[in-house]
Amino acid sequence: MVRLITHNLLACHAKGCTSNNFPLQFKDVQIVVRESEFNPDFLRGFIPKIEWPALVSSSRELGDTSLSDQLPEMLDDAFLKTLHRVLFEIHVEEGVMICPNCSHHYPISNGIPNMASSVTLLIRGLPYLASSWLNMKLANDLKIS
Amino acid sequence: MIPTPDLSHLKASDYETVYEPAEDTFILLDALESDSDTLKQLRPRLCLEIGSGSGCVSTFLGSILGSSEALFLCTDINPHACSCSVATGLQNKIPLNLVNASLADPLLWRLQNAVDIIIFNPPYVPTVADEAWTAQADRGIGGAWAGGKDGMEITNVFLPHVSALLAPGGHFYLVAVTQNNIVAMQQRMKDIYGLESQVVLRRRAGGEHLSVIRFSKTLAVKTAVFHSNTSNNEVL
Ligand SMILES: C[S@@+](CC[C@H](N)C(=O)[O-])C[C@H]1O[C@@H](n2cnc3c(N)ncnc32)[C@H](O)[C@@H]1O
Ligand SMILES: [Zn+2]
Repeated sequence: MVRLITHNLLACHAKGCTSNNFPLQFKDVQIVVRESEFNPDFLRGFIPKIEWPALVSSSRELGDTSLSDQLPEMLDDAFLKTLHRVLFEIHVEEGVMICPNCSHHYPISNGIPNMASSVTLLIRGLPYLASSWLNMKLANDLKIS
Repeated sequence: MIPTPDLSHLKASDYETVYEPAEDTFILLDALESDSDTLKQLRPRLCLEIGSGSGCVSTFLGSILGSSEALFLCTDINPHACSCSVATGLQNKIPLNLVNASLADPLLWRLQNAVDIIIFNPPYVPTVADEAWTAQADRGIGGAWAGGKDGMEITNVFLPHVSALLAPGGHFYLVAVTQNNIVAMQQRMKDIYGLESQVVLRRRAGGEHLSVIRFSKTLAVKTAVFHSNTSNNEVL
């Protein structure tokens, strides 16, 4: 199940695609709406992790116009219920997610997005050793204390 | 007692392509169970399991924390494992959100300093390097165990991302065997990323000496946002 809460956390990771790679655009979607348990405490805790403008535009792509452009300041129950429905109850079962930058297509089938890029998987052995060492070193150089 | 997840919906034919829960799975469940009070106090909102296989571990974590208390994200390179994980979640009323992907590839961009609990029972069996990378490309059952040199080749691609992904105060649980050179790994994670760690459980099962290592990020540290496509294993 690709729900908007998950979709809001996915970005294109094609090689060299590092800007304007989020949010992925939906195309040819089949949607199923399923009820799920409402948990206001969870939502309050999770809101800081959400990219609001992306959530608004993606929900509109799926035909839901209940969210406003700005995250309201008052997180009352009526708003949280709307948010819950948008984040959790709209399931994209089939379709495609397309990178706005490089147009890479990520298919969704039976509710599971296929984001296992074959390029990453096919590269083997030695190159990885070099890059993982470099990553570690880079990360070290970048670390904020 | 947290009940072991109901896996009765999975059949022998599923286990031809998906890793069947075994001693390494169960030591991980036991480690999570013995940490359950601490984990609940952390009030995790986002949990991520890499390589969820049957979905047994994330389902168990969901029963510890409560199914609506957190978002349970899982990845697996094996598409069949993804379907089994979803089914196991449904069977036990814990919604698992699956992405068929390698490691945390599509999540790295968005989940900087954001994940409260990360879990990985990786392919840790030492093999020749080629076997591990072929298994990765095949996305089948071989990828469940073939770990290349020291059994660390796949784990080593993920370790550099752990600190960046973890929220302050977050934990990362990793299954390992002796051949993975656990002490050296812990030392590296401390020296490079400042992640403290502890072996929380050790057990001998058949020919394997299994350990669960828990890495923890202190509350104060924010790791630099590290936006590059680092999971691409190219030579820079
Ligand atoms: C030892 S099994 C563990 C399965 C399950 N978590 C358990 O504990 O029973 C390792 C799992 O990691 C998956 N895996 C291997 N390489 C991976 C990668 N690069 N990205 C994501 N998953 C991977 C395998 O498909 C397999 O499901
Ligand atoms: Zn892209």
